Amino acid sequence: MTALLTTTDLAMRFPGRHGLTDLLRGIPRPVVRALDGVSLDVRPGETLGIVGESGCGKSTLARCLVGLHRPNAGAVRYQGTDIATLRGSARQAFHRQVQMVFQDPYGSLNPLMSVGASLAEALAVHRIVPPADIPRRVQDLLDRVHLPATAANRYPHEFSGGQRQRIGIARALAVEPKIIVADEPVSALDVSVQAQIVNLLQELQTSLGLTLVFITHDLRLVRHLTHRVAVMYLGRIVELGPTEDVFASARHPYTQALLRAVPRLVPGQRSRDVAVRGELPSPLAPPPGCAFHPRCQRAEPDCAATVPALALREGHWPVACLQADRAIAHSSTIATSTPSV
Amino acid sequence: MTALLQIRDLTVTFATRHGAVHAVDGVSFAVGRGEVLGLVGESGSGKSVSLRAITRLLPDFARVSGQVAWQGEDVLAMSPERLRRLRGGQIGMVFQEPMSALNPVLPIGLQITESLIAHTDLDARARRARALELLDLVGIAAGPSRLSQFPHEFSGGMRQRAMIAIALAANPAVLLADEPTTALDVTIQDQILRLLRGLVDELGMALVLVTHDLGVIAETCDRVAVMYAGRLCETGDVAAVFARPRHAYTAALLQAMPGEGTRDRKLLTIPGQAPRLDAPAIGCAFAPRCALVRPICTTDRPVLQPVAPRQSSACHAAADLAA
Repeated sequence: MTALLTTTDLAMRFPGRHGLTDLLRGIPRPVVRALDGVSLDVRPGETLGIVGESGCGKSTLARCLVGLHRPNAGAVRYQGTDIATLRGSARQAFHRQVQMVFQDPYGSLNPLMSVGASLAEALAVHRIVPPADIPRRVQDLLDRVHLPATAANRYPHEFSGGQRQRIGIARALAVEPKIIVADEPVSALDVSVQAQIVNLLQELQTSLGLTLVFITHDLRLVRHLTHRVAVMYLGRIVELGPTEDVFASARHPYTQALLRAVPRLVPGQRSRDVAVRGELPSPLAPPPGCAFHPRCQRAEPDCAATVPALALREGHWPVACLQADRAIAHSSTIATSTPSV
Repeated sequence: MTALLQIRDLTVTFATRHGAVHAVDGVSFAVGRGEVLGLVGESGSGKSVSLRAITRLLPDFARVSGQVAWQGEDVLAMSPERLRRLRGGQIGMVFQEPMSALNPVLPIGLQITESLIAHTDLDARARRARALELLDLVGIAAGPSRLSQFPHEFSGGMRQRAMIAIALAANPAVLLADEPTTALDVTIQDQILRLLRGLVDELGMALVLVTHDLGVIAETCDRVAVMYAGRLCETGDVAAVFARPRHAYTAALLQAMPGEGTRDRKLLTIPGQAPRLDAPAIGCAFAPRCALVRPICTTDRPVLQPVAPRQSSACHAAADLAA
């Protein structure tokens, strides 16, 4: 299957905070490596989950995918073409076909424009339909995300969080995209409302054949919604595989820890052992070698020296762990350490 | 088991420019030594307001009625002097965002010591020793150097550990924790929850844990109280409530959760949204969104009553849910 969107060795660095005293002392400006060699492909029609804890680079990756950030190194290719080389109408076409849905729709909708006007603007700018058909198309869009027709005349502040996220989705759908990159689209919502949005996304994917990149920190959602999952830690992908397989038998020690840490909905299975000790290292000074090695129980001396590449390592999906090949030999001991979510 | 803390018919109303908001509406629960009670609900369900009402931490325009009994003593009628000794003394508190609960310009050691000065007779030397002991208890390594550090030098997880250390300083009998792990990453949440649970088991404290996450309840709590629109829907042993919820809202909430086994189906959704709190429902507050609604639900407010051993529900459909 040819990939729709690919990234190769994507790197994104941001300057860190640099005080005046640091400057005068000649201390170099710190650099945050938000992404450090990320390669993945997004396949047509799939839902790809990107999961990780805060600071792992998942939102930066999302922004690179839609062209909101220009990476420092590496490339994002859409249907084979490096998006950095796109100009004029080709660039506009890319932005139309790859849309983003943000966590906080209130921050991404113009508060002074009615919902109908916001949707109409997108339709007009991208010349999706002739001007005369715009009002009808606005109604179609609202209907698609299950909002009443009267919503068109109202303003963002008049809606609840869940309704606003529907508007955000309608706005993304207006320009008939092929891919939607959704960055934590339901994280701010209560469970009962979250379920409505999750179902809506699934429904739209099936009916419109959309490709969905779903960025989240919620492993339960990843398991429910995605076909494949990329697990990120400190700017790198540590494991990338079919969701069900990864949940059944995660290969990277970090993925295993993450799965153990998610509170299960089944009472009485409480264990007193923590899933993983220690905290996320500072992205300003990531540990050498495998970034997870200081917290990893399976770490060997070579883990502190070598950055493990994301590779198959004798398994069915790629993992960035030097010990993964060894683990295959002792798979019986590892299988027990990955409980279900 | 004797209850340390007994709340009866707690009602909190906020007077606003647009009229009264009924944030908590007739809530009763109790918690005893060595027990973890989870208070769960979605935003606006009144769980945090209930928790803050216990130690009278609500602003002046909140009208609080009902009864809060601390070992039989009426907290709502307590003198300010007595209340000051109770807060942070016998009742410790942990909040969601440690950065806004900690004083940013004081070192952590001093913030722990403040609590020891207020609530214990320890001299300066003993206070320092106790502060180090507390840091060790909550899993902050290298205590002596940590005592002189400021909150901004701590990570999110470490700040929450420091908050817990301060709350534990005076050996409280009850710890009230308001979404203590909501702002934390999942691996750090796991560490903090296990720390809290371990402290309850070791020190025999009681813990009231407010959260919106049913998974946190399932893994950490002994008993659960489910809230909706300021009212209690259901209370009971966690195992019983999760296995056989007897309130339509609890049942719907559990089925709306994604997770193992939901992959091949749609999530159950609860239509609509939480009701406004300025005009309390005459009947059941959940009736407008409920799949099991019947005529009586909109006219008669269901009363919380026992439906099974150690399980109570305020739902007209409770009997149907048992099947």
